[in-house]
Amino acid sequence: MYEVVAFYLFSALTIGLFLVTVMSKNVLYAMTSLAAGMVLISGFFFILGADFLGVVQLIVYVGAVMALYSFAMMFFDATRDIKEKNTNPGLVFLLGGLSALVLVLMFAAPIHSDAVQALYPMHEGVGNAQDVGIVLFTKYLIPFEVAAVMLLVAMIAGIILAGKKMDQSLTEDTSADDEILTPKDAK
Amino acid sequence: MISLTHYLIVSALIFSVGLVGVLRRRNLLMLFFATEVMLNAVNIAFAAISHYYNDLTGQMFAFFVIAIAASEVAVGLGILIVLYKKHGSLDLDDLASMKG
Repeated sequence: MYEVVAFYLFSALTIGLFLVTVMSKNVLYAMTSLAAGMVLISGFFFILGADFLGVVQLIVYVGAVMALYSFAMMFFDATRDIKEKNTNPGLVFLLGGLSALVLVLMFAAPIHSDAVQALYPMHEGVGNAQDVGIVLFTKYLIPFEVAAVMLLVAMIAGIILAGKKMDQSLTEDTSADDEILTPKDAK
Repeated sequence: MISLTHYLIVSALIFSVGLVGVLRRRNLLMLFFATEVMLNAVNIAFAAISHYYNDLTGQMFAFFVIAIAASEVAVGLGILIVLYKKHGSLDLDDLASMKG
C-alpha cells in the first residue's frame, strides 16, 4: 500500500519538476527543480530495493553534479531570463513525429520476457551493498577501473578548461569583460 | 500492485520530457539539464528491471551511467566556460559560425 502511494507521488512530482526544468526561462529555477527531481528519483531507487544505488544517486548527482552546476552558475549571468528564439514549427513537428513513431515501434515490439534469465542473481539474506560490492569487484572489475581512469581524465580536463584566466571576472567588471572578449595581447 | 510496466512507463515519460527539452532548448546550459533528465530516466528503467528480474546487472549499468554523467558534466562545464569567455553567450544560434 505504501509502495503504491509512494510510487504515484514520486512519479507525479518527478515529472512535474522535470517539466519545470525543461520549460523554465530562469536558470536558477531550472537547476533547483532538477536537483529536487533527482532527490525524488533516489526515492524510486529506495522503493526498488537498490539502496546503494540510491545513496550513490544522492551523493553524486545531488551532491557533486548539482554543486558543479551551481559553481558554474557563478561564471554565467544566472539572474537574467534566457531569451530563446523558437525554431520553426515544421521541424519540431517532424522531429516530434519521428520520435513518437520510434517510441511506438519500441513499445509494440514483442518482448521475450520469459527468456530473460538473471546473469548475476541477488542472494537471499545478503544486503544490497554487499551484493553490489561482490559483483562490482569480481565481474565488473575492469569496467570499474576504466571508469576510475575516465573520471581522472575528466577531472584534469575540467581543471585545465576552466582554470585559464581564472583571476579575471566575467560578469562583475565590464572592463575586464571587454579585455577577455577582445584580447589585446593575443599572440 | 506496482509492476515493471508502471516503472517503464514512468521512465519513458521522463525520457520524453528530456527529449522535448533537447529539441526545443537553444541555450547550451539548459541543453545540459535536459541531458541529465534523460540519463536519470534511463537509470530508473535499469533499477526497475534489476528489481523485477532479481538481477544485479541493471544496477551495475546504472552505476556506470552515473560515472559517465559525472565526467560528462565536468568536461562539459569546462567547455561551456571557455565558450562563454570567447563569445559572451551560450546561445546555440550565436555560436553557429558556419553559414549553411
